[in-house]
Amino acid sequence: MTDTAPAATRAVAALPSGVRTPWSEFWRKFRRQPVAVLALAFVVVLVALAILAPWIAPYDAENFFDYDRLNEGPSLAHWLGVDPLGRDILSRILVGGRISLATGFLSVAIGGLVGTVLGLLAGYYEGWWDRIVMRLSDVLFAFPGILLALGVVAILGSSLVNVVVAVSVFSVPAFARLVRGNTLVLKRATYVEAARSIGASDRTILLRHILPGTVSSIVVYVTMRLGTSIITAASLSFLGMGAQPPTPEWGAMLNDARADMVSSPHVAIFPSLAIFLTVLAFNLLGDGLRDALDPKLDRA
Amino acid sequence: MLTFFLKRLLGLLPTLAIVAVLVFLFVHMLPGDPARLAAGQDADQQTVELVRAELGLDRPLPVQFGRYVLNLGQGDLGTSIRTRRPVAAEIGERFLPTLLLTLTSMAWAVAFGLVIGIVSAVYRNEWPDRLGMTLAVSGISFPAFALGMLLMQIFSVGLGWLPTVGAGSWKHYILPSLTLGAAVAAVMARFTRASFVEVLGEDFVRTARAKGLTERVVIAKHALRNALIPVVTMMGLQFGFLLGGSIVVEAVFNWPGLGRLLVDSVNQRDYPVIQALVLLFSLEFILINLVVDVLYGLINPTIRYK
Repeated sequence: MTDTAPAATRAVAALPSGVRTPWSEFWRKFRRQPVAVLALAFVVVLVALAILAPWIAPYDAENFFDYDRLNEGPSLAHWLGVDPLGRDILSRILVGGRISLATGFLSVAIGGLVGTVLGLLAGYYEGWWDRIVMRLSDVLFAFPGILLALGVVAILGSSLVNVVVAVSVFSVPAFARLVRGNTLVLKRATYVEAARSIGASDRTILLRHILPGTVSSIVVYVTMRLGTSIITAASLSFLGMGAQPPTPEWGAMLNDARADMVSSPHVAIFPSLAIFLTVLAFNLLGDGLRDALDPKLDRA
Repeated sequence: MLTFFLKRLLGLLPTLAIVAVLVFLFVHMLPGDPARLAAGQDADQQTVELVRAELGLDRPLPVQFGRYVLNLGQGDLGTSIRTRRPVAAEIGERFLPTLLLTLTSMAWAVAFGLVIGIVSAVYRNEWPDRLGMTLAVSGISFPAFALGMLLMQIFSVGLGWLPTVGAGSWKHYILPSLTLGAAVAAVMARFTRASFVEVLGEDFVRTARAKGLTERVVIAKHALRNALIPVVTMMGLQFGFLLGGSIVVEAVFNWPGLGRLLVDSVNQRDYPVIQALVLLFSLEFILINLVVDVLYGLINPTIRYK
């Protein structure tokens, strides 16, 4: 195929318009992906809803019982219907979103922070410390997250806090590997060498020169990881090992809904949709961020 | 090749040792007294001490560890607290259903994943690609338990075509394996597409086209083989995911496998069973990783290590 024309057009399209900073460059590429922009907007709305949930939820998620409408489908009074105990499903999903997002963010933040520090130190100093960290993350990495999480819950007992601990633990090795890889490359970069030659301390080099260089891949990974973490946390609650009733956690709500699936499927459908859309938004946003931050894609 | 294999095998020993120690320590990390746990809630102090001596929990830790390894070597995994049966027997009868479920899921996940991935790469940025990738991103975003409940609601309850729970006939395998395989199929599709897109841009593909080969031959003979190398690795790694996923899917479909046994054991604090299962799952993982490594070396001789 004679395929030289697009290359020329691309070169023209890539001509600078004004000053190009890494940030404007990122934004330019991100903006071109309507799906990712939509996903970002959706995530912003989700976070806002989660923060405002206690004030905007039409009913009390745990203690309001509408005994006249048990198991009723969507109506004007209850937009998403009522569950078998008479609780408003919309309110429970809103408050549940607060829980799911909080467990997701918290566990990825903790796992990401610990993993990043371990990865930075392992990649920078190498030697025995590197070998220990990498061997341990190999072992942890080899396990499926849910199995590791079950182990943690088996030791610590079933609760939401333990779910956060469990999900954090299985995020650590992935971040440690990612950051270690980047650090190994960056510490041989000329600008890091330059910093070292003017006498910058290890601490300065790590925090001011290497860490910023690896931030973009960390951000992409955090976003991708959020979806997985939310699913894992919901799975644990679904298995009865996370949030305990009557807490309106999405996975726990689905577990409750199993008994009445036949007579009232709406009790299960709406929490399922909530998890699906939330995780989908994070995954699409992660894809978009990756495409916008990956320098390799500009050449392709 | 043999040295490569032996090297990989030796490399597993430290990992195995760490896993064994962790699994052994597991019981000692449990909150509360394992002897009391084994003796039961209502047992008096004397009974608890008897059980402690019987289980060897009164000995020093290193001695206990030695005995643990020795027992493992003889295939003795202890006795289930819940059923009072040997753990090995409990696991034995649950092993096959989980293995079959995992294999079925893998088979169709690979089939769907490869086809969707290749079609998407060939029709890059056209509607088959968009449809395929939309399906794939939905697949990784839909939690297995929700998908399982949805499928059960439609095909078992609504249409009445398939059984709901249990593992009696081949019909029982359809919904659980679809549920379990969905996420893997999605990951495979995304991965295959990426790998294919990269290979389609290589010089040798251009050469093949320049020779005047038909697009079908270029894709089937030249691109496919090269694009599959990373896909095979991914397939191996996804086996691990299936093992983890089976825990959730077995709970949804009440599948008589290892996953449900693990959940039941965690709920009832049946620690000898948990201990054995965690060890078994880890072993499976380590073995899978070894097989992937070796396969990788077989397919791609350039990385048959220095």
